[in-house]
Amino acid sequence: MNIPENLRYTSTHEWVRFDGSQAFVGITDYAQSNLGDIVFVELPEIGAHLEVAAEAGTIESVKAVSPIYSPAAGNVVRTNAELESAPEKVNADPYESWFFVLEVSDPHAADSLLDAEAYRKICE
Amino acid sequence: MGENALKRTPLFQKHVECGGRLIDFGGWELPVQYAGGILSEHKMVRQRAGLFDVSHMGEIIVQGQGAKRFIQSLITNDIDRIAAGETIYSPICQEDGGTVDDLIVYRFADDDFFVVVNAANTDKDFAWFRKHCPENLRCENLSSQFAQLAVQGPKAEEVLQKITSLDLSGVKFFHFARDVEVAGVTCLLSRTGYTGEDGFELYCAAADGPALWDAILRAGGEDITPIGLGARDTLRFEAKLPLYGHEITETITPVEAGLGFFVRTEIDDDFIGKAPLKAQKEGGRERFLCEVEMVGRGVPRAGYEVAKDGKTVGFVTTGMFAPTLEKMVALALLPKELSEPGTAVDVVIRGKPVAAEVKKGIFYSKKTKSKK
Repeated sequence: MNIPENLRYTSTHEWVRFDGSQAFVGITDYAQSNLGDIVFVELPEIGAHLEVAAEAGTIESVKAVSPIYSPAAGNVVRTNAELESAPEKVNADPYESWFFVLEVSDPHAADSLLDAEAYRKICE
Repeated sequence: MGENALKRTPLFQKHVECGGRLIDFGGWELPVQYAGGILSEHKMVRQRAGLFDVSHMGEIIVQGQGAKRFIQSLITNDIDRIAAGETIYSPICQEDGGTVDDLIVYRFADDDFFVVVNAANTDKDFAWFRKHCPENLRCENLSSQFAQLAVQGPKAEEVLQKITSLDLSGVKFFHFARDVEVAGVTCLLSRTGYTGEDGFELYCAAADGPALWDAILRAGGEDITPIGLGARDTLRFEAKLPLYGHEITETITPVEAGLGFFVRTEIDDDFIGKAPLKAQKEGGRERFLCEVEMVGRGVPRAGYEVAKDGKTVGFVTTGMFAPTLEKMVALALLPKELSEPGTAVDVVIRGKPVAAEVKKGIFYSKKTKSKK
């Protein structure tokens, strides 16, 4: 199970990479492995405002449908349209396959997220 | 249901050894996939070969004077379209034409039949058989005595031929051979399957199942891999093979599901459901099972509503990403006036209508060997 030390995590299996006030969001290695082969990704609208834990999009594998949740409150400023045409990249490289970027309103948003060690415990 | 209550097939330990991801499948603890994943398993069966544990399927035997007449009274197909040594696919129906199950009948002799039914329906079917069975016949549910393995794919014959002296090229599609030695295990072997590929199904004593499983994997080497329930479903769906509980149910007749070829209302013998099914075949049906391809972005799934101009007109029986076709496709039950290819409809996905189109002939062309 790959859980990079430099990322933050949610209990719903999103990873978050902070870059200043921006947060890149994807799903973890554990999540992609559990879903199996991913065949469809639905991204949020650019400009959409998301609250913490709001549904931001949908991931569908061959057999399962799963939402992706927003790890923080903020506005969607970018989406990774490449995943729409190549959803299998989420399986191949989950930590490079960001879904969307949030402009985060709370400067302490990272504090309420899990670190790698805490997330690892959830996956056990 | 607690985990302890799940039933296990004789191959359970093999699934664990092979890295199967076990799930509760209608009360059976079976692998949805192995390590490679559903898409890779799907591709193996289309290109080389796959090994399936289908021991959860039910086996019912019917023996005695008048067995043939009894079988015919239940099945909608014509039992005399096959001779001894052949198998036939058929729905069995209720009095109103709704479907009880679909099954495969092996005709051992006029007074000796072996019937293979869907796992989840085994108890219901057996009760149905017993309810209608004349007292002089022997009718028994022998499901727990058998392991059933399927070897499917273009290399299925080549792989199995390495471990049996029977000339498999002589076993035609939907024919079978009894007491065949495969890797030293005595099997009933038929050229049947549920993938749209050529292949075989083998029935042996439950205790012999693991040895047969190992021998087939060893013989196939790089050309074969174990296949879980996930790919079993993508393979059967992509080849447009019906699944009970989806395309056919107690409220969907086989004629509505486009299986009219297997409903032989022209025969002299009577069978349960014959009159309403005959009326449907002669133009009286209102619903048609249609091929639907997504135009907008989205995955159609079983149970999703199909709408036209904002009004619900039908529903998806099965839908998914079809791996070989690389398309989002569905089978949907639609009213006659919307069943023509080219008709625009919407599939309602999480409350939103997404554009789709009724089509014909978009599913995978089956590679099974014809009987000729």
